[in-house]
Amino acid sequence: MAARAAALKAEDHPEEFMSGARLILKALEDQGVEVVFGYPGGAVLPIYDELFKQNRIRHILVRHEQAAVHAAEGYARSTGKVGCVLVTSGPGATNAVTGLTDALMDSTPIVCLTGQVPTHLIGNDAFQEADTIGITRPCTKHNYLVRDAEQLARVIHEAFHVARTGRPGPVVVDIPKDVSMGQGRYAPPLQSASAHKTYRPRTAPDPRAIREAVALMARAKRPVFYTGGGVINSGARAVAALRELLALTGFPITSTLMGLGAYPADQDQWLGMVGMHGTFEANLAMHGCDLMIAVGARFDDRVTGNLALFSPGSRKIHIDIDPSSINKNVVVDVPVVADCGEALEALVAAWKAETAPRPGLAAWWRQVAEWRGRDCLHYEQKGPVIKPQHAIQRLFEIAKDRDPFICTEVGQHQMWAAQFCGFTRANRWITSGGLGTMGFGLPAAIGAQIAHPDALVIDIAGEASALMNIQELSTAVQHKAAVKLFIINNQYMGMVRQWQEMLHGARYAHSYTEALPDFVKLAEAFGCAGLRVSDPARLDGTIREMLEIPGPVVCEVAVDPAENCFPMIPSGKAHNEMILSAQDAAAKRITGEGLALV
Amino acid sequence: MGETRMAKFEEAPHSIYEGMVPVARLKDGHVYRHVISLLVDNEAGVLARVSGMISGRGYNIESLTVAEIDRDRQLSRINIATSGTRQVIEQVKAQLGRLVPVHEVRDLTDEGPCVARELALVKVACVGESRAEALKCCEIFRASVVDSTPQSFVFEVIGDTAKVDAFIDLMRPLGLVEVSRTGIAAIARGAAGFLKDSN
Repeated sequence: MAARAAALKAEDHPEEFMSGARLILKALEDQGVEVVFGYPGGAVLPIYDELFKQNRIRHILVRHEQAAVHAAEGYARSTGKVGCVLVTSGPGATNAVTGLTDALMDSTPIVCLTGQVPTHLIGNDAFQEADTIGITRPCTKHNYLVRDAEQLARVIHEAFHVARTGRPGPVVVDIPKDVSMGQGRYAPPLQSASAHKTYRPRTAPDPRAIREAVALMARAKRPVFYTGGGVINSGARAVAALRELLALTGFPITSTLMGLGAYPADQDQWLGMVGMHGTFEANLAMHGCDLMIAVGARFDDRVTGNLALFSPGSRKIHIDIDPSSINKNVVVDVPVVADCGEALEALVAAWKAETAPRPGLAAWWRQVAEWRGRDCLHYEQKGPVIKPQHAIQRLFEIAKDRDPFICTEVGQHQMWAAQFCGFTRANRWITSGGLGTMGFGLPAAIGAQIAHPDALVIDIAGEASALMNIQELSTAVQHKAAVKLFIINNQYMGMVRQWQEMLHGARYAHSYTEALPDFVKLAEAFGCAGLRVSDPARLDGTIREMLEIPGPVVCEVAVDPAENCFPMIPSGKAHNEMILSAQDAAAKRITGEGLALV
Repeated sequence: MGETRMAKFEEAPHSIYEGMVPVARLKDGHVYRHVISLLVDNEAGVLARVSGMISGRGYNIESLTVAEIDRDRQLSRINIATSGTRQVIEQVKAQLGRLVPVHEVRDLTDEGPCVARELALVKVACVGESRAEALKCCEIFRASVVDSTPQSFVFEVIGDTAKVDAFIDLMRPLGLVEVSRTGIAAIARGAAGFLKDSN
């Protein structure tokens, strides 16, 4: 009855009908959207016209649609909000696909509005037509084609709800031009999370699972926490509860690449990152533990190494909001399907109430101390060439008091950044983990900078990755995003070269980049400041200069081209088969099935 | 691994809370055949979402059927026959449950006894003694003749997959020329229903 009454009322009030484009903007406003990253084109002209007429939502014009999504990811990951993207049909949508896939793999909440050809032309191979729904189905959490302006507001609200709740992810809303030009009525946002008829992610843990988990924790002699990006996605409550639980239990903790910053790296319980380029102590603790408590992590192959040999003697507790993450790669004893924050808070309460006598952890910590004694990240900065690790370590040391946001591209520099930047806060580390997208960092840094105009935002890059979306310097200049692009230039696709060295007889097939640009001139051509340093004695001064320049800066650091990233768990090997140095690498050749793994 | 086993209903295969599957069960390396039923919103593209997810993740599907079952509520039912290890079957169900338009995922094989039927139209071109033989088989299998010419029959046979397979095998030497099968429709035995709480 209420709906019917509202409909009758609308007929009396034709002003309640609005254009599709206006409905879109109103829905975005009601979702709290402040910034849209986008690129115009024919199919979205009505939406751009509506953007032009208002001042509440800021539009950041990128130079490529892939960068629009990465920028929205940087915005989302640095704020915890949903990132919003607007691109046109056909090439606009297909260019966004890499960004959408990246956001799906790293569970980043994105709503991407794509233009579409008018409904009567769909399927006719019209100009700039692509089957966006078909193409993006496997690289989004969900997608929608809106065929009627009357449905626009409801669908956009639902898209935001799906993107931000449960395991977050990208959602595409495909809007034909006749729909954005049509007329419809507005619908307010969903009133509650349970309002959706099918999509109702479970957030509260089952008390029985919590009881079993705490019983295992209370008996553990060699426990380790293994946390991931899910803790950060869950938000401040999860981060606070994690820290409290760590303080209460005194257990050691390691984290995936995506989870860095949830637990402070300057604490004694912190073991460093786990996985292929994780620390000796973190990987051996994972291998030797008797209880693993996985929180918001998904047992990715970069974390587990050889699955058959993964942590053979442990019971496993796995907290994840996505039931499909549980028992996917590793069979676990106690699954907890829940939001990390709610589950961790429940564990804190249950741990406080648990009175069973607990075995001491002194022996386990003595073992950890012994592993730490290996000093696995050791390198030597000597001679006239800058070591890449040294450049990154100095950068973080000099910048850390300014609470910087650190973005990266993908490769050796990314792993060194993960190893040497000691994050103490969540949402400060923005990197492409699951998909490993070169070209992610610069646009992501711009997105983070737009969200935090006064913060220090640095993209640690390799010269190869930096070139993949270098056009975004133009975006940074236009929108006064003072990002610092810190390029570790070793003239190689360093990680590719490292693998070729270890797996393919040092035949460096196409991993050396000839004809690199002059990055200082390139920066200047875009209207940025450009700096270059190759002398170790001038490194600190150049970093300080970069940080002091008010606008966007490109700082190129010429580094040792032969340096490799260690420790490394070679493909097909277990956590206790790490390579710790170049000498070690020669002794442990990768053979057999390991060669076929990525 | 080895051959595919027909999974039988077992007493309480699952533990008491969500996601909990006994470790020993998940580590059972044998391949089992399971029938999974989904209740989905009957919206454009829902079948593509289900089939795309299955092919994209490399799951093995023997049969997949879809049809609307509640017009007022716009609900369709998808029946999937799949085979895999216990761990893979659990993954298939979890991945299906993640799709936004999916109301409910039921493992009919696990939940226990269920009926699965399919219909096949089987065309046999034959004359002389073969015609009598074909009609005799038709009677044994309680199939029916839905088309007849002096040179051919079209039989309609309904049953579980094994029965339909057996009928088709019998028709092969008698002049089998064409087969069209529906894939399975499946439903749990007993009084409990799918539709009662999914609104």
